[in-house]
Parts: sequence; C-alpha cells; structure tokens
Amino acid sequence: MPQAHLRVWRGGDDGEYREYDVEYSEGMVVLDVLHLLQATAAPDMAVRWNCKAGKCGSCSAEVNGKPRLMCMTRMQLFDPYETIAIAPLKTFPLIRDLVTDVSHNYAVANGMPEFAPGPPAPDGDYRMQQIDIDRMQEFHKCIECFLCQDVCHVIRDHSDNLPNFAGPRFFVQLAQVSMHPLDEHAKGDTVSAGFGLDYCNITKCCTDVCPEGIHITDNAIIPLKERAIDERFDPIRALGRRLFGRGDGRSH
Amino acid sequence: MAQATGALARERRYGKTQRRDRWWLEPVLVATGLGAFIAYSTVSALLGEHWAFEVGPYLSPFFEPLIRPDWLPDWFSPALFILPAPLAFRTTCYYYRRAYYRAYFMSPPACAVREPAGSYSGESRFPLVLQQLHRFALYAALVFVPVLWFGALRSYWHDGELGVGLGSVLITVNAFLLMMYTFGCHSLRHLVAGGLNCFSCSTFRQARHRAWRFVTVANEHHRLWAWTSLIGVGLTDLYIHLVANDVITDPNTWGSF
Amino acid sequence: MPDYETHEYDVLVIGAGGAGLRAAIEASAEGARTALVCKSLLGKAHTVMAEGGIAAALGNVYEQDNWQVHFRDTMRGGKMLNHWRMAQIHAQEAPDRVRELERWGALFDRTADGRILQRDFGGHRFARLAHVGDRTGLEMIRTLQQHAVHRGIDVFMECTVTRLLKDGGESGAVSGAFAYWRESGRFVVFRAKAVVLATGGLCKVYSINSNSWEGTGDGHALATWAGADMIDMEFVQFHPTGMVWPLSVRGILVTEGVRGDGGTLKNAGGERFMFRYIPPMFAAETADTEAEADRWYNDRINARRTPDLLPRDEVARAINAEVKAGRGSPHGGVFLDIASRRDAAYIQRRLPSMYHQFRELADVDITQVAMEVGPTAHYAMGGVRVDPETGAATVPGLFAAGEVAGGMHGSNRLGGNSLSDLVVFGRRAGFGAAEHARGLGGLPHVDGESLELAATEALAPFEAGGNENPYTIHRELQEAMQALVGIIRTEGELAQAREQLGTFRERVQRVRVEGTRQYNPGWHLALDLRALLTVAELITQGAQARKESRGGHTRDDFPGPDAHFGTVNLVQRQRDGVLALREEPLPQMSDELRRLFEED
Repeated sequence: MPQAHLRVWRGGDDGEYREYDVEYSEGMVVLDVLHLLQATAAPDMAVRWNCKAGKCGSCSAEVNGKPRLMCMTRMQLFDPYETIAIAPLKTFPLIRDLVTDVSHNYAVANGMPEFAPGPPAPDGDYRMQQIDIDRMQEFHKCIECFLCQDVCHVIRDHSDNLPNFAGPRFFVQLAQVSMHPLDEHAKGDTVSAGFGLDYCNITKCCTDVCPEGIHITDNAIIPLKERAIDERFDPIRALGRRLFGRGDGRSH
Repeated sequence: MAQATGALARERRYGKTQRRDRWWLEPVLVATGLGAFIAYSTVSALLGEHWAFEVGPYLSPFFEPLIRPDWLPDWFSPALFILPAPLAFRTTCYYYRRAYYRAYFMSPPACAVREPAGSYSGESRFPLVLQQLHRFALYAALVFVPVLWFGALRSYWHDGELGVGLGSVLITVNAFLLMMYTFGCHSLRHLVAGGLNCFSCSTFRQARHRAWRFVTVANEHHRLWAWTSLIGVGLTDLYIHLVANDVITDPNTWGSF
Repeated sequence: MPDYETHEYDVLVIGAGGAGLRAAIEASAEGARTALVCKSLLGKAHTVMAEGGIAAALGNVYEQDNWQVHFRDTMRGGKMLNHWRMAQIHAQEAPDRVRELERWGALFDRTADGRILQRDFGGHRFARLAHVGDRTGLEMIRTLQQHAVHRGIDVFMECTVTRLLKDGGESGAVSGAFAYWRESGRFVVFRAKAVVLATGGLCKVYSINSNSWEGTGDGHALATWAGADMIDMEFVQFHPTGMVWPLSVRGILVTEGVRGDGGTLKNAGGERFMFRYIPPMFAAETADTEAEADRWYNDRINARRTPDLLPRDEVARAINAEVKAGRGSPHGGVFLDIASRRDAAYIQRRLPSMYHQFRELADVDITQVAMEVGPTAHYAMGGVRVDPETGAATVPGLFAAGEVAGGMHGSNRLGGNSLSDLVVFGRRAGFGAAEHARGLGGLPHVDGESLELAATEALAPFEAGGNENPYTIHRELQEAMQALVGIIRTEGELAQAREQLGTFRERVQRVRVEGTRQYNPGWHLALDLRALLTVAELITQGAQARKESRGGHTRDDFPGPDAHFGTVNLVQRQRDGVLALREEPLPQMSDELRRLFEED
C-alpha cells in the first residue's frame, strides 16, 4: 500500500502544523486519507464534507497552497514521497483544524436580488428557448464551495473589502438574475450595482479554481461589467436610449 | 479572539504562499515579453522616417494606413497617428489588464500568492476606473480591421503585377491575427448580443446570437490571440524594416523592389 | 430549566434538503414563525446528489401522459404497497410543484417549443422527468434555498438535533427539539408548536451506499424515540448502478439517466442480460428483443421499453445474480455501456456530471469505455407513518416529509419520484404544521426531565468509562448490515443480525471520544451511532417479519410475493424502549382508481 506524508493544520488560529504518515489504498483522494486519519491517529480532526463526489462543495481546503475540493484531489496527483500540506481556507475565519467560518457568504447571499419573473403564457407554462438559457445553466452549476471567494485577492489579501465586495460566487448569481429572459427587474437598472463589481481586476483566479469549470470571469463578471458600463459610461447608448426610448437591448 | 492575533497567526499559517509550483514563472514571462514589445515598438514607431518602414507593396502595420501630409515635420513619426488606437485597445483589454496587473503591479503576483500592497480598491477609482472605456478603444480598433486587410490585399500588387512574397504572407497573417484578437474582444461580445437577455425573440436577434457564438469561440482563446497578434505585428514590422533597409531580401515573385 | 440557548418558533423544520426547504417556505408563507435546522451548511443536503430529474406528468413530451398514468406507474413500481392517497396526491400535484420551481428560478432543459423537457426513467411509462442535464437535485436545492432566504426563515446551520422534546402530557405531544451546535458543541433548545422532520435517509447504515455522511437516519430515530409509528422499514432501495471502482468511490451513484439516454447493462460476456430478468408483472410492456428495445428510444408508441429500465429493485437483483453467477466485471459489478451506443458529444451534453465524475475519480472516459457498476444502498422507502393530506405523524405536533416519511413509495420507489415527493409533501407538511401551530394557543410546555436526559446522553461519550472507537463501531455496524440485511436476506442471517445489534447496543454505551466539544467529528459520530443503531433495528425487525419477496425486500427463503403480505403494511412503534411490530391492512382506494389497474 502506498504511504503518504501529510502536514495538516491542527487547532485554531494559535494552532500548528502536525505531520502524519498514513498508508492508503490506490484510487484514494485526499479526503479519504483524512478519513483514515480520523479513524486512527486523529479522531477529533475537524473536516467539513458531505457528498464526497464533487457535488456539494463542502470539503474546500488549500492543498499545497492551492484552493481545491479535497474529495476531487486524487492522491496520484502527488509524488510518492512528497509532503502534502493541507491548510484551511485563508480568507475566512478559522474555527478549528480544516473548518472555517464561511457565514460571510451566507450573509451576502441574503442580500442578493431575487429572481422576479413576469406572468407565464396563458396556458400556465413559461416559454424559454434552450439557446436563451444555455449560458445561465452554466452559472447554475455552482456548488457553492466558495473556493472562488477564497482565492480572490480582493478579499483574501484585503479583508477590509469584505463589506463592499460580494465576490465571484455572487457575481455569478447576479449574472444569473441579470441575464434571465423572464426576469423583470426594472430596466435601466443594473442588478449588480452596489456589489463591488469594479473591485475585480480580472485576475481570473476564480475561474482557475472553479471545480465546476464555470467561466466565472469571462461569462459572468465581464458581461456584468459591460452591462454596468451600458448604464454608466456609454454616451452613444445613452443617446440611443434618449432618441428611441429604449435600446438597453434587454426588453423581451 | 482578538482580530489582530488571528490575522497574524493566519499569515504564519500561509506565509506569502504555500504554493510549491513555479507560480512566478508566468508573471516573469509576461513581464519580459510585454516589456520587450513595448521597448521595441516605441523605438520603431518613434524613429519614423529615420528607419525606412515601407518597401515595394509592403507597409509596416505600425504605419497602416499611412498618414503623411506635406506639412508633417520630419521628426514626427506617422506611426503616432496610428498607434494610440491599438495602444488604448490593448491597455484596456480585459486580458492584458489581468496580465500586467499580475506581472507589473503584483496585484496579485499569482493566484493564492499574497499581494504586497497594503490597500486595494481595484478599478473603482481614478485612474483605473478609466479601464471601463475599453469599448471606445474597441470602436477605434474595429476601424483598423478592414484597413489592415486592405493593406494585406495591396501587398500582393506591385508594379501593376499580381504576385506574392514572404512579406505579403506576413502582412496577411498579421491582419488575420489582429482580426481574431479584435473579434474576440469581451466588449464586442457584449455589444453583438451579450447584452441581450433573449436571443430567440426575433430573427435579427437570432442572427446576433450567431455572431455572439462566433465571438465567443474567439473570446475563449483571447489570450492566445492577444499574444500571437502582438508577436505577429512586431515581427511583421521588424521584417519590413529589415527588407526596406536592405538587411535581408524578401523572397517574392516580383524579383527585387 | 437550565440555562440553555433557547429559541421559540411556531414551526421548527429539521433538515434543509428539498423537503425541509419546501416545508419551511410553506410554513412561513402561512404566517408561521419558522426555523430551519440542518446538520450541514445550507445547500449541501443530499438532495444535491439527485441527478436524473423530477417526475411530473406535465405531458410536454407525450401528451398522453397524465396524473392517472403516473399514479398507476408509481403504485405498480411500489408493488401496490404504497399508500394510494399519497401516490394520488403526488401524481396530481407534482406538475404544479415543478412549474413553481421554474417560477422561483429553476432552469430546466427545454423542448423545441420552449417548454420543460422530460426524460425517460425506469418504471415510468412516458418520458416524464423534468431535468437539468444530470444535476437536477442541485438545481432544485439552489432554487429552494434562494427562495427560502428571501422569505425571512431563520436558518440554523451545522446544528444537530439529538432528541425531540415532549410536553410531558397524556397525548405525548412534541414541543420542540434538543440540539447542539457542531461548531462549539454548545446545546440549543428549540421550543416549537410543531416540528417537521425532513431529515432524509438512513443508508449510512450500509457499507456500500450512495449517501453522504448525513444519511444516518436521524429523523427515523427521533420519531421512533418519540413514540411515532414507523411503516415499511424493511424496504431499502438498492440502486442498481453505483460506482464499484476504485474502492474509495464505491457506492457513489451513477444516474439512471445513463440508461434513459441509451446506456445498456452488459455482463462480462458482453450479453445484455436484462432480457433474461423480465418479471411477469412487466412482461406485457417490456421489449423482449434487443431490436425492439433499441427502437423504443425513438418510438414509444410502437415499441416496448427496454428491460434496462425496469424498476430499480428488478435491475438491482438482476445485477446481483449476474455477479454471483460469475459473469461480473473485474471489480465485482457489471458493465454499463453508453460509449458504444451514443456519440461522445451527446454523452457529454446529456450526462456532464457523470462524465466528470468518472474522469476525475476513476480515470474512466465514459464516452470511450463502459462503466463498471453495481448495487448501492440508496433510499429508504419506509419511514414515519404520516397522514397523506397534512404529513402529520401519529404523535401530535410531529410532521414528516421526504425520505424520512413512509408510505408514498410502497416497497420500491421509482426514479424521479423522490424529488417530486420532496416538494409535494414538503409543502403539505409545512402547511399542516403551520395549521397545527395556529390551532395551539401558546408554546407547549417542555418537559424539564427529558431535557436533562437529552443533555446527559449527549455528553456521555466524553464521560463513559469504555474504550470503544466510534469509527470502528460504525464500520463494523455497516459491514454487519451489508452482509446480513442487504439486498438478499434469509431468516438465519436476520436472526444473526438481531443478535449482533444487541452487542452493538452495548458497545455504543462504551464509546469514548477524545478532544473537546468544539467541532469534534468523533463526538458527532458517536451521537449519530445511536440513530444508526435504531434504524438498523427497525430494518432488521421489519425484514424478519415480512416473509416474502417484494420490491426492495428480497428473501432467499421466501423467493416470491405472498398474497397475505400483499395486503398489509408492517408498522413499528417503540414503547418503553421496546420496539413492537404489527401488521395493518392497506388503506383501500376507490373503485374508480382501482379500475386504472384493470387493464393489467
């Protein structure tokens, strides 16, 4: 059986790294190895996890410095004699071991605009074409692992921005509302206003770490920025609106 | 627990970064590559008439279209009429912003690597708020797409005779790369149809959606087009200079120029 | 009352999966002050793992579909043991619940005319499952979650309920719940006029299962301890297709959508063996040649459905038999082949997360080679006995919805009927609980003695004198249940299981945990073990009493269905620590409904 050498953060902010040697079996992922540790050397090691299949987004941590889902990080990724360092997410306050307090994200979620559809067709069904929802279905793949929130330097390195910056996960959610063909938020108003979109300087780290492969920057953040620019900076479109009454391009 | 203690301990836990891969390689390459291009293009453009930039049917893309009124003083390079547009377009480009924020401003140097600056306001304040003007640079850049293709076509016509040379091929490739870079622009993607919420609602919108799909394909490789077109335009310029100054000879169907 | 953190609500919902969220939304819409308690973070519940879709007779793909056909499919899938009224309500209300999800922001895949697309699934006569690729559960939970947080529902995340609290009166009414914060280990008391159990499943009692760690049967156990009737507990669904290799992912679900979209089961000899396992009950509507089965994917009217899409119990048993006969795949499963039958682009579009799951976790490209699959414990048909209209349990003030409730699915659940069950009965239980709360004056009394007992028992693992490791006990309990009360059961093994459960009960008393109360998974597991043990006893006792084979319950010593057992439900109730079982006649449906089955 292969052997792994792990370096795991134990304790709270005043904790330390502890080293463990574990024998594991082929095909295992990092989370499996931590479970082996729990069952033997470290029964009280705190790890958050649920589905162990990359679908719930609970087991986020930083493995060798990279934010990842531990259940999708296979042991064969590492050299046999490599020390694997596992640390909790940096951006959020540490509770204990590998578990952090991600409640900030839930607080932001509470302030998101709600989807507001118009009335359905007379037969009671809504009509939407697949081509109109394709790009939003990508956003709906989000499993809320908050790895994008963790890696984003706007809040990772500058916690003072937390109150002003919703973060990549929530820009995805805003894009979802903004682009919905049935949504009836007032025209001439961008749903992203007030969420700190212009703090993003497009470093694309959120896209890099997304385990669902959502093109967060290209398909959510930049389109939202462009929509905001329509409202705020584009004199030509503003003139068009004045002349033709509309021209925001978002009527149904 | 006191905030400060927590923050300090957290820094101890992570250091500058825990990444062990060569995360510094990309910013170093970008800094070098961009730096080299900026240095070269500045010299090439400013030299103007002091370093010949046209020969036979070839005109350096830095000078396309050639604007050289009689009153223009000798020391003023015609490239200065042209270059502000691509300069603005590339400076405000979403890809280049990422590249030079990382490479030159270390904001951040790489993902999950600590940013040295103490405070950060992104693009929310002057001067970086001006990055929002990217689409106006795009409008200007779009003008150059047909202009460059016109230059490419012209490069096959010399002394009343249709032909081809290595220079024409380079100029054509350059026009193609710059077109793909321009057509992959995020702002263009928004303008063609990205700003719509319903693609299917009219025939015109369906056509716009098809255009959006094309732009999306180009956009997915925006970085690739950004670099190939940058290198392409630099090499084309250099090649034409070298031919024009008789350093090398252009292989072509016309014989010598 | 000692000084515990205490919260007061009209309605307390335990569990924040599809059923819990829907119940909380409804209770809150009815004006009840509502709290939602969940063991994990909000939005991580096991509902996210549901892949294939939500069954509802919308009739968007086949106009011939309607609630009567759906009702009939559901009852036949459950081998007529379902509570007919639940199956009827479910079939009638599911379409409205799906449209409601869409109104709240869910984006289902579309038909060409822009309506909700529906896909084929096992046991459903028509393409009926509204879906989003193969991640329908995620879509549902996110939609409900985002809708719920805007309704002003208070959410208590990472908070585990260990006991229901009672008012101490004659009727034994429920008056709240005792819980601990996972983060700090501190106790919380919820006082509530009505409590809705929506805790989901229990399959963590088996070693090969598709459940997340949360599926420890908490709600089943809480209801049992509170004296509520439990029904049909012997019926556990083994999903026919779970991953079998590598070991670390053994049991993780492979959606039935693979077969719905053209995948077929093969044994080591490359034979499509399901044609040999068509039971008489489904013979009339199942293709008996490969040619007809293949034609069916495009022609529902003139061809009969492929046997790959028989109800799950039939398919799971067939796979089990093939493996036992030595015709299995290298890692002890069978092959599920879509690679040779559909092109790569189609597979990636229709089954993106399956593609991802196999590529990431098993290095298998499902567009190129066949998957290896085998049965995995997936779903509990049995659960808290509820009133079909309101979700009320037999204990006043207690309600249940979703997997923790029993009756709806009879002896076997059809794929896709679970997500619809969650929203249909989640809504009804939320409504029922809110109405019950309205009918009460003030908050019911909380019995102080039971409160103290709950606190003492929760802290016992820190103080016990024993040296048992909770992880070891859990693993051994799972292995025992897998071996003795698994897919195929016999009297001897069931008796052996009951004996072993007695030993496990003693060992659980001696569990000792290390560390502090702060986010201590060893302690959390030690407390979950009590629930697991209770559900193991419920399942085993039921399995021993039902001396026949039907649906999710197969007895080697009673291989066929039995006429008498076809007319009764097994009901279990705990009194003074003793679990008693009795037979009760099935509720009878009206003649009008009965006529739907006469064409058989």
